This record gives sequence, structure tokens and C-alpha cells, in this order.
Amino acid sequence: MSILIVAEHRRGKVRPITLEMVSAAKELGDETVVAVIAKDPATLADQVDVEGVREIVCVKVDPEGFENDVVREALEQLISDREPDVVLVGFSIDSMGFGPALAAKLGLGFASDVFALRRDGDDLVAERSFYGSKVNAELDFPNSERVLLMIRPTAWPPAEGEGAAISAELDVTISGSRARHVDFHEVAASEDVDITGADFLLSVGRGVGEKENLGQFEGLADKMGATLSVSRPLVDQGWMPSSRQVGQSGKTVKPKVYLALGISGAVQHLAGMKTSGTIIAINTDPEAAIFNVAHYGAVADLFEVAEELEKLY
Amino acid sequence: MKVLVAVKQVAVLGDEVEFTEDEREVDPDYLDFALNEWDSYATEEALRLVEAAGSGEVVVVTVGDEDAEDCMRRCLAMGADRGIRVEAVRTLDPIQVARALAEVVQSESPDLVFAGVQSSDSVQAATGGALAGLLDMPSVAVVTKIELGEGKATVNRELEGGLVDVVEVDTPAVITIQTGINEPRYATLRAIKQAEEKEIEVRQPGDLGPQAQRVRRMFVPPKGEGAEMLDGGAAEVAHRIQEIVQEKLA
Ligand SMILES: Cc1cc2nc3c(=O)[nH]c(=O)nc-3n(C[C@H](O)[C@H](O)[C@H](O)COP(=O)(O)OP(=O)(O)OC[C@H]3O[C@@H](n4cnc5c(N)ncnc54)[C@H](O)[C@@H]3O)c2cc1C
Ligand SMILES: Nc1ncnc2c1ncn2[C@@H]1O[C@H](COP(=O)(O)O)[C@@H](O)[C@H]1O
Repeated sequence: MSILIVAEHRRGKVRPITLEMVSAAKELGDETVVAVIAKDPATLADQVDVEGVREIVCVKVDPEGFENDVVREALEQLISDREPDVVLVGFSIDSMGFGPALAAKLGLGFASDVFALRRDGDDLVAERSFYGSKVNAELDFPNSERVLLMIRPTAWPPAEGEGAAISAELDVTISGSRARHVDFHEVAASEDVDITGADFLLSVGRGVGEKENLGQFEGLADKMGATLSVSRPLVDQGWMPSSRQVGQSGKTVKPKVYLALGISGAVQHLAGMKTSGTIIAINTDPEAAIFNVAHYGAVADLFEVAEELEKLY
Repeated sequence: MKVLVAVKQVAVLGDEVEFTEDEREVDPDYLDFALNEWDSYATEEALRLVEAAGSGEVVVVTVGDEDAEDCMRRCLAMGADRGIRVEAVRTLDPIQVARALAEVVQSESPDLVFAGVQSSDSVQAATGGALAGLLDMPSVAVVTKIELGEGKATVNRELEGGLVDVVEVDTPAVITIQTGINEPRYATLRAIKQAEEKEIEVRQPGDLGPQAQRVRRMFVPPKGEGAEMLDGGAAEVAHRIQEIVQEKLA
């Protein structure tokens, strides 16, 4: 199978998902081409020259930052030039802007958040989950000659080892960009704590129910010598500042102990904490996905456990 | 100002699961249904834009069976003006859903189209983008702020790590809405009653095209090593947590 990987980069650096996709591609074939679509692709090409990459195609485009129309048009021309069997892009915010659009337009087979791949004879089989990560599914693509897959970050280790890829260039014509990059806004540095430096995080999720209940956990964290962190819904509702949020759109943390109370274990939450030293999860739902990454778990009411912890500390 | 919002009735799996005979789907008896969280934010954002414009309409659209109308009633109770349901089974893939939505967008010619970033039951994060691709419309994915201008809008696109990309997009456009963009209003009891009177038009879909993906089989993920489960009551669990924490922090 021939595979075309779209390198992801931001502000002059290739993002980790790119090399993870090179590892993913190894499950399928050995004809792996990586496309670098950028204003100055040559400066990024080095970063993707790892073992397993046969060819790196540099595609020069005008905009400095990511613009979805530009990448979509460039990729469309790459696909007709290289005719790959499989196109891999990250399951990332940038790719959400052009991957599904191109798959729909070209009538490609499609799956997102793919975390396992294999070949079954001539068929490509991709695995992803449904229903709050409680159920997995194997997908195939009987109606499609070509497939575009969005790959879950951190599902594969980054490919390493010195590469010997040949390099090429492709000229593309871009007709316009209807969604233009203006500026980046940094996440406001907050005077609040830095949860990425903590050894022990007490992390609460939507299971706490109401804002009024949060005070109790701030107190408990204090007593236990832990730092309080939260899942995204608590930030969305304005209960906690975003500096306390763990996950893909928040902070990536790796404390010695991560104690999760009332967090279901959505993929974007796990992305920010699954490499923690020891994960302890309390959830009333025995099937909650958080138990799949936890080292210790208890099917219990978080308020009851919190009350007992209060007594011990 | 007319905003069309694609809304989905999502399935929520409880703590037990059985599969259909062919193992390609979850037995619907084990599913509960609700309005997708992202779509309540999208509906709220549409209502605010139309309110700010002083006139216009919010049209909510769902692709699904009759039961899926429940989620639209929620949006109508929040204040959406009318609903359109495209008759279809619940288990279409995102590109097929986009094909069904595309026909509605073409006939309604809205100024903006909103979808949620993702649906909580299938996490495809694809339907809005696919819709833009089919209609060749400008689009931005994962938006946390919208400011309307003449023939364009300035929006915040939320990137990994919370970094914000400010984007200027030509309109009409398809925008996928991220949670936290606003505070969705609650529907009053009165509004819920009134919503029962609002119109939901049912349309038959055109050609939904071939499936972009086919489920071979569904299964409960193997537990792997999994977590060591702490048994006993809350007191015992708390005691064990204290021990583990002490040991791991030492
Ligand atoms: C682009 C994008 C980026 C995102 N980034 C992030 C991110 O950075 N961080 C993040 O967290 N999410 C992120 N999300 C959201 C993510 O998809 C989930 O919606 C979110 O993580 C759910 O949070 P939760 O587990 O607290 O809530 P829920 O999924 O609602 O889970 C609540 C849990 O609490 C349990 N519970 C309820 N009551 C009790 C009780 N009394 N005792 C014990 N347990 C109880 C329930 O069984 C359930 O498992 C992102 C989503 C998108 C689309
Ligand atoms: N059956 C459907 N009917 C209407 N809108 C849908 C449907 N499925 C998905 N959507 C829209 O697409 C968004 C993203 O869903 P998904 O691509 O399934 O993750 C949802 O938030 C809805 O706005």
C-alpha cells in the first residue's frame, strides 16, 4: 500500500503527531511519502527524515500560518499527482479544517480518531471507538479505492532512527484562501498555580455536579498536599480558570500521582494525563473509559470517598 | 440574518452493553438519548447572533429518525424558530450526514451554518467540515468566538494547548462550534410548552452516496492490564488511596 502523510507543523516546528503517523504507516506498507506543505518547507523537511520515510515532498505555499483552504487545495493536487492508497493526517485541530472536507469532496473512504491499523488481505482495517470510548469498532472501506484517515495523537510512538529519504518538490496552484490567519493569541499567563509542576494532582470532573461543591475539593486538595486540577467542562462553565485544565486544549501533566474524581476519560482528557506516574480513578460508572488507563480504580461515589479522605488527612 | 444549525441526538451508553445480532452496532435498548453538548452551544451562539442583528431566523436541522426530533425540540425551546428533519437511520457515517445536510443548506441559503466540533457518541469531528467540502464553502473548525463583519467574520480558532488562532473568514461559511463559547440558556417550562407548537418539517433525503466507512464489528475493549480495583466501602477505598499516595510520593 502506498501512503501519503501530511506533516503537521506550527510556528516553524513539526508537531509530534507527524512522526507518530510514520510509525502508524509501518503497519500498512513501505511506500511512505511525507508531504510538507509550508511557506518554507525545506526548513522543516529535516525534522521528518526518519527511518521508514521513502520520500519527502516539499510543497511551497504562500501563507505563513496554517490556512485550511490552502492545505486542502495543495493536498488535492498531491493526491492526484501521487495517487496514494491511504492518506494519513492527524486527528488534530488543523486537520479537522481540511481532512473531512477533502474526503467528502473526493468521495474518499474516511475515519477519524483512528488508534489501530492493520491489513487483512487487501483490506485496510482501522480501529476507533464509539459511545464515550466504551465500545471499540473495526472499520473497513469496501466502497473506496482511496482512504483518508485521521490518526489519534500518542496512539503510536514517534518514529526514530536516521532516515535516507529522497526529496522532491511539487508545484501547486492555490486559487485563494477564504479563511485567513490573522494572529496568534497566547494563552494568558495566569497568576494562578502551574499544574504542570505538581507531583500530586487531585483532579475533578463533571461528576462534582455543581459549582458550590468545588470548595470542598479545594479544601481536600490542600489537606492532602495536592494541587487541584479539573476537566474541561468545569472551565467551560466558568467554575475554574483555564490554567487548571488538564487535556488536549489545556495542560499536559505528568505528576507522580493523578487522582481523578468523576472524570469519564474522554480521549481529549486522556491526551493530557495518561503518562502520569500513578493514576487513581473514582467513578460511579464501572465502564468509564478512565479505568482503562488507571492503575487503581474504585467504583464509588466521589463525595463519599472525599468525606472519608477528609477524616484521614 | 439566518443561521442554520445542524444538531444531533446523541446516544449515551450506560454501564451495560449488548450488541445487535450481527455485532455491528450496540443494541438500541442499551442506549439513552440526548442533545449533543456541542450543539447546545451552537444553538445558543446562533440565537445570540440573530438577536444582535435584530431580525432573522435560527433554523435547526437534524438527520435522523422520528425520535431524533426530541433534540430539536430542546433547541426550539431555547428559541430556535423552526426545525427540519431529514429522514434517515441513526447510524449514517459523517459524510453521508453531510450529504443530507448539504441539500438543506442549498435550499435554505443561510448566512452562516453551524455544527458542533464533534458529537459525543461518535467523535468523528467531521460532519461540519465534510459539509463545507461538499458545498465548497469557506469554513473554520473549533471556534470559541465570533465577530461578524461585512461579508466576513473574525473568529477565534482554539488550538492544542489553548493557543488561539485569530482567523478572518469569508461568509457565508460553515463554522464548527466548541464548548465554552457561551453559556447556553435554559429553556423555561413555558418555552418548552411553546416549542411543541413550533414547526418541524420532515424531508426525504436525496442520494446519500456510498458509505465512507463500514463497521465490521463492535466490541467492548479488552481490559488489558487495566486498573487494580479497590474494593470495600468508601472508608476502605479512602484508606487505600492514602497508602498508595504515601508510597508513590515517597
Ligand atoms: C477539540 C477538543 C478539545 C478538548 N479538550 C479537552 C481538554 O483539554 N480537557 C478535557 O478534560 N476535555 C477536553 N475536551 C472535552 C472532552 O471531549 C470531554 O467532553 C470532557 O473531557 C468530559 O469531562 P468529564 O469527564 O469531566 O465529564 P463527563 O464526560 O460528563 O464525565 C463525568 C463522569 O463523572 C462520573 N460521575 C458522575 N457523578 C459521580 C459521582 N457522584 N461519583 C463519582 N463519579 C461520578 C460519571 O460516571 C462520568 O464518568 C475537548 C473536546 C474537544 C472537541
Ligand atoms: N445526524 C446528524 N444530524 C444533524 N447534525 C449532525 C448529525 N451528526 C452530526 N451532526 C453535526 O455534526 C457535528 C459533529 O458531529 P460528528 O462529525 O459526528 O462528530 C455535530 O455537533 C452536529 O452539529
